[in-house]
Amino acid sequence: MEERRPILQMRHIHKQFPGVKALSDVQFRLFPGEVHALMGENGAGKSTLIKVLTGVYSIDRGEVELEQKRIVIQGPQDAQAAGISTVYQEVNLCPNLSVAENIFIGREPMRFGRIQWKKLNAAAAKLLEERMHLKIDVTQPLHVYPIAIQQLVAIARALNISAKVLILDEPTSSLDRGEVRQLFDVMNKLKSEGLAILFVTHFLNQVYEISDRITILRGGEFVGEYAASALPRIELVSKMIGKELKLLEELPKQPAAAEKKESGILMEAKSLGKRGAIEPFDLSIRQGEIVGLAGLLGSGRTEAARLLFGADAPDQGSLVIGRGGSAQTPRRAIDNGIAFCSEDRKGEGIIDDLTIRENIVLALQASQGWFRSISRKRQTEIAGQFIEALNINPPNPDQLIKNLSGGNQQKVLLARWLLTDPKLLILDEPTRGIDIGAKAEIQKLVMSLSQKGVSVLFISSELEEVLRVSDRIVVLRDRRKVKELQGDEMSEQSVMKAIAGGGEG
Amino acid sequence: MKHHLFWPVTLLALLLLFNLLYDPSFFSIKIRDGRLYGSLIDILNFGAPLMLVAIGMTLVIATKGIDLSVGSIVAITGAMACMTISKGTDQNSLGLVAMAVIMALGLSLLLGLWNGFLVAGIGIQPIIATLILMVAGRGIAQLITNGQIITLNSGNYKYIGAGDLFRLPFSIFIVAVVFGAAVLLTRRTAIGMFIESVGNKPVASRLAGIRAKSVMIAAYLFCGLCAGIAGLILSSNVSSADGNNAGLWYELDAILAVVIGGTSLNGGRFYLAGTVIGALIIQTLTTTIYVINVSPEITLVVKAFVVLVVCLIQSESFRQAIVSRWKTRRYPAEKETTRHA
Amino acid sequence: MLKRQHMPIFVTIALFAFMFIAGSFRYTGFFSAQVLLNLFIDNAFLLIVAIGMTFVIISGGIDLSVGSVIALTTMISSTLLQDGWSPVFVIPLVLLLGLLFGGAMGAIIHYFKIQPFIVTLAGMFLARGLCYVISTNTITINHAFYTAVAQTKVTLPGGNFVSISVLIALLVFAAAFYMAHYTRFGRNTYALGGNEQSSVLMGLPVARTKIGVYMFSGFCSALAGVVFTFYMLSGYGLHAIGMELDAIAAVVIGGTLLTGGFGYLAGTLFGVLIQGVIQTIISFEGTLSSWWTRIVIGLLLFFFILLQKLFSSRGPLQRNIALDGKKD
Repeated sequence: MEERRPILQMRHIHKQFPGVKALSDVQFRLFPGEVHALMGENGAGKSTLIKVLTGVYSIDRGEVELEQKRIVIQGPQDAQAAGISTVYQEVNLCPNLSVAENIFIGREPMRFGRIQWKKLNAAAAKLLEERMHLKIDVTQPLHVYPIAIQQLVAIARALNISAKVLILDEPTSSLDRGEVRQLFDVMNKLKSEGLAILFVTHFLNQVYEISDRITILRGGEFVGEYAASALPRIELVSKMIGKELKLLEELPKQPAAAEKKESGILMEAKSLGKRGAIEPFDLSIRQGEIVGLAGLLGSGRTEAARLLFGADAPDQGSLVIGRGGSAQTPRRAIDNGIAFCSEDRKGEGIIDDLTIRENIVLALQASQGWFRSISRKRQTEIAGQFIEALNINPPNPDQLIKNLSGGNQQKVLLARWLLTDPKLLILDEPTRGIDIGAKAEIQKLVMSLSQKGVSVLFISSELEEVLRVSDRIVVLRDRRKVKELQGDEMSEQSVMKAIAGGGEG
Repeated sequence: MKHHLFWPVTLLALLLLFNLLYDPSFFSIKIRDGRLYGSLIDILNFGAPLMLVAIGMTLVIATKGIDLSVGSIVAITGAMACMTISKGTDQNSLGLVAMAVIMALGLSLLLGLWNGFLVAGIGIQPIIATLILMVAGRGIAQLITNGQIITLNSGNYKYIGAGDLFRLPFSIFIVAVVFGAAVLLTRRTAIGMFIESVGNKPVASRLAGIRAKSVMIAAYLFCGLCAGIAGLILSSNVSSADGNNAGLWYELDAILAVVIGGTSLNGGRFYLAGTVIGALIIQTLTTTIYVINVSPEITLVVKAFVVLVVCLIQSESFRQAIVSRWKTRRYPAEKETTRHA
Repeated sequence: MLKRQHMPIFVTIALFAFMFIAGSFRYTGFFSAQVLLNLFIDNAFLLIVAIGMTFVIISGGIDLSVGSVIALTTMISSTLLQDGWSPVFVIPLVLLLGLLFGGAMGAIIHYFKIQPFIVTLAGMFLARGLCYVISTNTITINHAFYTAVAQTKVTLPGGNFVSISVLIALLVFAAAFYMAHYTRFGRNTYALGGNEQSSVLMGLPVARTKIGVYMFSGFCSALAGVVFTFYMLSGYGLHAIGMELDAIAAVVIGGTLLTGGFGYLAGTLFGVLIQGVIQTIISFEGTLSSWWTRIVIGLLLFFFILLQKLFSSRGPLQRNIALDGKKD
């Protein structure tokens, strides 16, 4: 086994984006006939590494070797020509074309300038049946089939371009169990045929089920490469989540929340769920309580939060806020005292074209309606207060928010919600991608809010952070609530165990 | 970073300067029959309907929308008002004129609501949703006038588009009032901020608690109303309604005025003053071409180039193509995906 | 065999059949092969433009310049003929100009990522303006070749006849049909409209396809302009005003999705015929005025857009869109 030479080898890969080191000195190797899982949390550099392989990004330094030959990949076509094919979670095919066409488009069998449809359809059917064990009507448009089949079609296309390396980027995120089974069967078959497969997923069970080898990245750095059989689950999780820097450890631990147990219940969700997003869960939050939501990326954290805020509509269960309030739409939720800071700061948080001042007053103004306008003078005043309190830089209320750093944008969004005087603040990854100083400030702020009686639902990939601020921790795994921990049960060990699952419930 | 009015104002100034050099009498204003006359007054007067339509269009474009039906609304409201008046026994009666105006404006609001409903309510793309009324609108206008060009003999109605107040054309005052109202509505209330927010980031706006649909409907309503007022001015100015030709090309001129004024077709920040200057630029261009004695239809060619140049300047790809050619060629996808990281 | 994606086109064909039958019952002399053929004769140019437009819309774009390009073609043709040029040179020249005009717009749309709507709008201004640069008056054509083509009746078995323009239109239709279904260019056009990003990742020639689509539309407009000169025997800057709307309406009524990626040329053919039938019914009715055409077309447009909306929001096409970005 060890004598084989890798088909793909990446060495000392460096990639820098403005303000962020996305990859620094990362290495990766892939052998023929293996499934290799690439693991890491948000910002670990997985996607960047894959985009380097598929030619979307250039690299600043380092080298990529395919079959012992150095290559430079300059675009998706380049990658495909070299034999590296990628299948993404959001299938990158054309839903309006037939299955057969999707496999062969660009390489249709032609005769006298005419596409040979019969030949094309027959070849597609044969390819799917022989290599995927898939018998479907290949003349139907792709969109009539479920995502799982679409992915198999995408793989078939990749194989047909004679791929040597197949990258599967979170292919299982939107599949159900049976569909995952089907995909794994195909993967095993391809593996036995000698194909090298790079597999990215957030589901630990699947990693252990299918992969031979695991490479872990964290914060853009290479943590290690392990044989899957030699790496216990809990160790994998701890290597992914890792330790934080000293500065944060000096923060005071959240005081024991004895008196909070006495306070009234602010929000209660009963078997709230949405198919394909999160399985039904119960959750109640008391006044002034900080509830941590732990779990790996893709475990259903964000989905749960979106249901609580009314950003998505649940298809079952009930949600009560205070005395009979509801959260059917964000508007309603806000009226009932809920605030939600999305993890997607750029897409769902900031309004690029508006200033710091406008971004801060936006939510309050929205709840006051069109005509009870907050005067310009008052807006500047409010913005000034928050700029000072949260230490927002630059301290100029009329600066456009798009020109701010990530941490400062986050603070502006926090200010937006604090201004609405919420009873429950849902923070989804509030400290991601921001510098360590801003991180500490945000954690401090959360704790001081709780002391003032505001409840907080705190979602983070960083375990230590969750442990430090939370009174109670809810653990999610594979889109399901698996554990609730409080008091002395809350330790790094116990939470990791719950996240890793497997051995115990 | 230059002020957002810098380029529009410069362009307008250059146009006026050209006219001054070409014909020094361009700026001269005379008093005749108790009213001011001159090229500048003409530009303001003839440009009034376009300015109105463009003001409404600005708000719609700011919500990431577009309204292709304004030309049709201009024709419909003109037809409605003229029809109402022509049915009356005393065409000059103030009550009748008032009723005609109210009915026409009510109809324009209704049409704006229809557009808003299609876009915000049903969720049809704005270009397509407003295309329906653009196609059907001229038919409706002719239906109202029964296919004829209705001519009126109503001094009171004529005053709207051809009368004068304080020695200036009355239409200028209408524009001033509508412009003032638009500025007040958008800047003194929160509507302006909501429009910019919805146009810039619809999803984030919804999560911030803004009722995006109401905001969009309001924009189309206002745009309909502006087009309605423009329709009144146009038909009153010539004392007749022509369902076929009234307001022809207005949607395009209005969009052009908005774009010249600095508002991006991608929605977000909008500039009402810029739009008004944009409309004045278009009107001045038309007048200039008249003055220098070239066939007036050539305006279209000039407009085509103005549209292209303005859009190219606004196009990120174009700017980047100029700044760093080689890089975008090598990794074209990188630019779009850097937001990840 | 009835697939769900064929539904819109069946609705279109059924609507046409219904209108034609209803007309036949109501008006004497309506039900005849010649009335049917007249639909083709009177709308040959519209059919040609609409075919080009169908490709553009399937690719996910729009072309507002078509009406103006027709007018420009009539102007250039009539001027050159007046100057004594031979049709042998004039016709290829205007077709080439149409091709280049469309190609230029396509290149701007693709390389500078400006919305097709605004670029073709500029194209519309430009072409219309150039007409007036040539002349603001009507230029009549009395070249023997043109009048001959205009007056030739191609008699069909059974005594009915069509014009040469109809033959040209049907030829274009057949060629376009072949192109859409049996060439890579055609399939790439569908792929582009289905998902542009995927097309890039699948290694399809996106630039070539996009520019090609607008070139084809420009070519069709120019050819429609040539046919229009046969029909009108004059060049005039005000010819074919609003033709772009008729073409778009025909395409939409024909069941092509305005969001791109889906549509049939046969649908477009019936979309054109439906517009023709409406006009014919209105002229047979006598008391109804011509403006009803526009209103009815507007209503049909509304109806079909609504149908598309229902059709696509239930279909999984929407699912992929929803994955790209959560819909508001």
